[in-house]
Formats: sequence, structure tokens, C-alpha cells
Amino acid sequence: MELDNIEKLLEKYFEATTTVAEEKTLQTYFSQESVATHLEQYRPMFSYFSNAKEERYTKQVPLKPRKNYYRWISVAAVAVLTFGIYFGNEYQEKKQAEYAYAETKKAFELLAENFGKGTEKVAYLQEFEIAKQKIYNNK
Amino acid sequence: MKQAEFLNVVMPFKDKLFRLAKRLLVSREEAEDATQEILLKLWSKNEAMEEYKNVEAFAMTMTKNFCLDRLKSKQASNLKLVHSNYEDEKTSLQRQLETEDSIVWMERIMEELPEQQKMVLQLRDVEQYEFEEICELLDMKPTAVRVTLSRARKTVREELTKKHNYGIG
Repeated sequence: MELDNIEKLLEKYFEATTTVAEEKTLQTYFSQESVATHLEQYRPMFSYFSNAKEERYTKQVPLKPRKNYYRWISVAAVAVLTFGIYFGNEYQEKKQAEYAYAETKKAFELLAENFGKGTEKVAYLQEFEIAKQKIYNNK
Repeated sequence: MKQAEFLNVVMPFKDKLFRLAKRLLVSREEAEDATQEILLKLWSKNEAMEEYKNVEAFAMTMTKNFCLDRLKSKQASNLKLVHSNYEDEKTSLQRQLETEDSIVWMERIMEELPEQQKMVLQLRDVEQYEFEEICELLDMKPTAVRVTLSRARKTVREELTKKHNYGIG
């Protein structure tokens, strides 16, 4: 009697006209230890379905706070980098200018010193001039 | 909606999302990624969530669309899917030789089904949704759902019978 019922349900099942409750009946029938031999071939189907329902999503449910956090950090990092490059460059330029200034100053000082030496030597010429004047005046 | 509230809403059906994703994408990693993506999307919409009548149905539809998109883009690039399928088949073949596990057989039969049939079978025989819900989720007419479901079940039966006969012969 029960087997008869199951067979009918199976037929309906394959025509997709069973209700969820009827399908549950089938499910429980096929989860028994003993199943009529000619129905044995359907057993994998039902045990597979009930097995498939056991599968779980085991990963943590990820919610977003971290994501935003990273975004802002990257924005900050980019800002720091641009400022760094900009001001770094400026600083570098300033340093270079200072160096160039010091070098030129040194060069000018060298020049001035040598000029000084030159004028010292020229000062002797003055002696000649004085002597010459004396000679002319005595005439 | 606060985080705890959101989790309370989402927890009861997150496994269903995952199982649907896995049914369609086959690979476990892919399905996990998809589920994560869907949950994040839901969370970003959590302001509007209170307005949805049925968050679960909404999430299931999202999952379906997301996975079908993934499959499409993969077919276009034609790379990853082939790879994961190959891997899956290999392990299942091995196990099948070792234990003749009928569950593995079923898994392979299910993998061969067209997507629409996979989804209907998953929603009905695994998750036990009512027909009206399936219609809503998959955006199908009731008759179409019935026909698809019947076809899917018959295909599975046919494949199983084949296997059963091989087993005897």
C-alpha cells in the first residue's frame, strides 16, 4: 500500500506536479535503510539533494569598514607623496642655488685678491713717476 | 540598519546564496567569492533594504544574475571555467574509481544540466522553494518552471538509470 503510494508520488514527481510536502514524503522514504529494489536506482538522487542542503558558507561575512579605511589611507599617502616631491624639489633647488652662490663668491674673492696683488705691484711704478718729475723739475 | 541587525537578516539565507552560486559556478572558491560579493552589495544597500518585502528573494535573484554574468564573461574569455571544471572532474573521477560514490555521480550529472534546469532543481529539490517563489526568483512563468523542473528531473533519472544498468552489466 505504501509502496504503491510512493510509486504514484514518483510518477507525479517526474512530471513536476508534486507539492513540497509530497516531495518531503519521498525524501523520507528514500532516506530509509531499505528501499524496494526496483526503486533503489532513485536513491542517489534524493540522498544527493538532502546532502547538498548541508553545505555551508563557512567564510566570515565581510562588512566594509576596512575597505573605506584603506581608501582614505591611500588618499593620504598620495597627498604626502606629492607634497614631499614638491617641497623636496624646492629644497633641493634652494640648496643648489646656495652652493652656486658660495662658489661664485669664492671665485670673485680669488679675483679680487689677485687684483689686489696687481695694484701692489703697480704701486712701484709710482716711484718712477716721482723720480721722473724730480728730474724734469730740476732741469 | 546596524551591522548586527543586518547580520541577523542575512544569516538565515547566506548558505542558500552560497549553494546556488556553487551550483552555477561549480568551483567552491568562485562560489565563495560570489557570495561575498553579494553580501557586500547588500550591505552597501542596507539603507534601502527595509523597503524590500522579501530580502531573501531579492538576494537570491542578485546571486543568480551575478553568477550568470560571471559565467558569460568566462565563456567570453574562455579560460578559468575550463580550468576549474577540469580540476573538479579529475578529483571526482578519482574518487569515483575508488569508492563508486553515487553522490559524486549525481554531482557530475548535475554539472551537465543546462543552467536554467540547474537553478530550478536547486531551488526546488534542495532548497524546497514553492513554485510561486521560484517564478519570482527566476522571472519565469509557472508553466515554464514546471516544464523545466520536470525535464531536469527526467534527465537526472535517465542518467542514473544508465549508470545503474552499467553497474549491473
